[in-house]
Amino acid sequence: MIDKNEFQNKIKKAEKTAYKAIFFSFLASVLLLFAAYDPTFSIFGNKETALTYSDTVENKNEDKIENGVHIRTGLVDAEGLITVVNNCTNCHSAKLVIQNRMNTERWNTTIKWMQETQNLWDLGENQEVIVNYLVTNYPPIAKGRRLNLTDINWYTLKK
Amino acid sequence: MKRRSFVKKTVLSSFAAIIGTELIFGANMMEGYTPLALQEPNPFKLFSKNKEMLVLNDKPWNIEAQAHLLDDKVTPNSSMFIRNNGKIPEEINPETWTLTIDGEAVKNKKTYTLADLKSTFKQHTYQLTLECGGNGRSEFDPPAKGNQWTIGAVHCASWTGIRLRDILEDAGIKSNAVYIGYHAVDAHLSGDPSKEPISRGCPMSKALQDETILAFQMNGEAIPLAHGYPLRLIAGGWPASVSGKWLNRISIRDKVHDGTKMMGTAYRVPKNPVAPGEKVKDEDMGIIESMPVKSLITYPKTGATLKENQPLEIRGHAWAGELEVEKMEYSIDFGATWTTCLVEKPANRLAWQHFSASINFPKKGYYEIWAKAIDSNNIAQPMLLPGWNPKGYLNNACHRIAIKVV
Repeated sequence: MIDKNEFQNKIKKAEKTAYKAIFFSFLASVLLLFAAYDPTFSIFGNKETALTYSDTVENKNEDKIENGVHIRTGLVDAEGLITVVNNCTNCHSAKLVIQNRMNTERWNTTIKWMQETQNLWDLGENQEVIVNYLVTNYPPIAKGRRLNLTDINWYTLKK
Repeated sequence: MKRRSFVKKTVLSSFAAIIGTELIFGANMMEGYTPLALQEPNPFKLFSKNKEMLVLNDKPWNIEAQAHLLDDKVTPNSSMFIRNNGKIPEEINPETWTLTIDGEAVKNKKTYTLADLKSTFKQHTYQLTLECGGNGRSEFDPPAKGNQWTIGAVHCASWTGIRLRDILEDAGIKSNAVYIGYHAVDAHLSGDPSKEPISRGCPMSKALQDETILAFQMNGEAIPLAHGYPLRLIAGGWPASVSGKWLNRISIRDKVHDGTKMMGTAYRVPKNPVAPGEKVKDEDMGIIESMPVKSLITYPKTGATLKENQPLEIRGHAWAGELEVEKMEYSIDFGATWTTCLVEKPANRLAWQHFSASINFPKKGYYEIWAKAIDSNNIAQPMLLPGWNPKGYLNNACHRIAIKVV
């Protein structure tokens, strides 16, 4: 009988420990989630201070590169990247640069057009760096008179 | 910070228009409170667009639809492409907004408030097709400079406003009038206040058409901010850049308007055909007027897989600039044979027309459905790219979708 009681007590103890463990791991995961969504715990502090803080964090990471891509602009990390970022993404998005495929001559013409009509500054020696970056990393693709259809997401059409 | 002060200077009534939905508790909103919508970094939420819209550019904002998003007969805001040359204006007060009619060929320079426009002139509603002159640019080889639109820079919404003719005649048109040119409040990307991002127009003959209107409503509601709130010129069937947004001035000119993007190569194509990549002098370029005949298959979405013997219902829209679409055909064998589709009459002149067909595929395999519209002058869409031009305008090559029968 004593053995049985002891056994039951042990079970109860184990149960309690398990409940505690569940409770604490739940608490920990809530805290973790919170930290992930609001790392500065700004909800508890002054909003303005929190904003300034995250601004500095952003500034530190503004030229972060991941998998060979400059995160802020989407431009490929290659020789001349920062020169392109600094001169070509002030007025318009880098998306406009990436989607346009031109050779050296046409980029130079485009730069001249931007200088004449869009207030682009004199690029000096940087012009060659920029154009080289563009023609190397974003060369024109031959399309002919019509391309094949590509990137088709096949799906079953219900009647 | 500018965004925050924006709301303080804007009346709530205009707010619903800007975010595209109604603010139910608008009246109870605290003073100084900035609704989240305007700080929204997500363009789909910011402009109330479908998540499948494609963002080509975020500075300035340029967003296009995909064919299957344009299935509605009247395009809802959620599927309408956005094309901007400059920055979208942020501080608009409809109470103090005015439109001035001036220029060398105006009899009396006149300024109207929005309330004047709405109360003085008769209002009209038309469904009007607006297509970006550069829609389809991405297919040109050698590539043309600019936003690389695929097929989604077209829409046909319902617009309500007053006829441009009525207000021009109210101010008085001199006999030497040639062209109108619009001016608006959007800011140049460089931030230079002396520069206009775009200031285009059209010849008097287009300006005086019944369907050329100054709109203050789109699909029965105030025009969303990105589409020109509070006042937009709508000139259906012409490059959508003629339909200027956020207008505060229209000049009646005694010559062809010479505003930004009227000159050089902007919205112009070679007067005579050129070889791909050929250099064209500015003086050999002519202003685009009516857009060419074109069509889109909006159902099904490309990539549909069907069972053998399962018939396929297709549908879509066709339009032809100033003209009407007379005939619509489809091919499932790359143009070897063509079958006529049913094509409806337009809701009004310059509205796109709906077509439909039921297709039976002869055997299993990979197919493409190609759609071809033919206009009232018997001009058809080409299957290949039309004539190359330096800026990549007017690509009206047949639209096609991929189908598999298994």
